[in-house]
Amino acid sequence: MSEALINTVLLSLLACITIGIVRTRNLFGVVVLSGIYSLLIASVMMVLDAVDVAMTEASVGAGMSTVLLLGTLYLTKGHEMKAFKPPLLPLFVAIGVGAMLVYGTIDLPPFGAADQPVNQHVGPDYLARSKPETGIPNVVTSVLASYRGFDTLGETTVVFTAGIGILMLLRRRRKKDDTLREGEK
Amino acid sequence: MFILAMIAVLVALSLAVFRALAGPNVFDRLLAANFIGTLAIMLLAVLGFLNGRPEFLDVGLVYAFLNITGTYAVLKFFRYGALGGEAPPNEEDENRKGFSGVHKT
Repeated sequence: MSEALINTVLLSLLACITIGIVRTRNLFGVVVLSGIYSLLIASVMMVLDAVDVAMTEASVGAGMSTVLLLGTLYLTKGHEMKAFKPPLLPLFVAIGVGAMLVYGTIDLPPFGAADQPVNQHVGPDYLARSKPETGIPNVVTSVLASYRGFDTLGETTVVFTAGIGILMLLRRRRKKDDTLREGEK
Repeated sequence: MFILAMIAVLVALSLAVFRALAGPNVFDRLLAANFIGTLAIMLLAVLGFLNGRPEFLDVGLVYAFLNITGTYAVLKFFRYGALGGEAPPNEEDENRKGFSGVHKT
C-alpha cells in the first residue's frame, strides 16, 4: 500500500520532469533536469528493491552523464533552436508506440507472481545455493559478482574504455589556447 | 511514524521538483537538484525502516558522496568551462557565449 503511494508520487514527478525537459529551451537547465530525472528513477528502483540498479543509475545517470553532457554543451551553443515546423509525426509515432507498449503490459503476470516461469526457472536454485556457496547476503549481488563475475568484469571494461574515449574526445584543446595566448602577447 | 516521515519526504520532493521546473535561474535548478539528491538519501533511509530492513543505509553514504561530487563538478564546470587542468583565462571566447545566456533561463 505505502509502496504504491510512493511509486505513484515518484512516477508523477517523473512525468512532470519529462514535460519540463521537453519544454525547456536552455540546454544547461535541461542537463540539470535530466540529472534530477536520474535521481528520481534511482529512487523508484530503490522502492522496487533493486539496489544495484539504483546505484548504477545514480552514478551513471546523475553523476557521469551529467558531466559528459556538460562537456558536450561547452562545445555547442547553450540554447536549443526553435523547430521549423511543429514535429507532429514524431509525436504521433511516440504516442502510438507508447500505447502499444502499455497494451503489451496488460498481459503481463502480476508483479512478483511466484507461479510464473520467470520466477520458476533458475530463481529458486540461486536462492537456495547463493548463501551457502558465496556467503553474500544479497542474492542479486552474488549472481552479478560471483556467478557472472567474468561477464561483469567484461562489462566494466567496456564501460571504462568508453569513458576514456569520451573524455579524450571532450578534452579541451590546450595547444590551440597556448598559441592564442602567445598571439595576444 | 515512518509513514508520516515518508509523506513529508514526498511532499518535500514535490516542492523541490516544482522549484527545478519553475526556475527561474539556473542556480535554482542546480540547488533543487542537490536538494533532491539529499531527499533521495532520506527516502532510502525512511524506506528501509518502513520495510523493517534498514540494511541499505550504507547506500545512502554513496549517494551523499555522489551528490557532493556531482554538484561540485557542475559548479566547477560552470565557473571554469573545463573539468581538468588549470583554469582558462578570463577571455570571453566563442564557446562561452552560450553560457552567458544561462541566467535568463
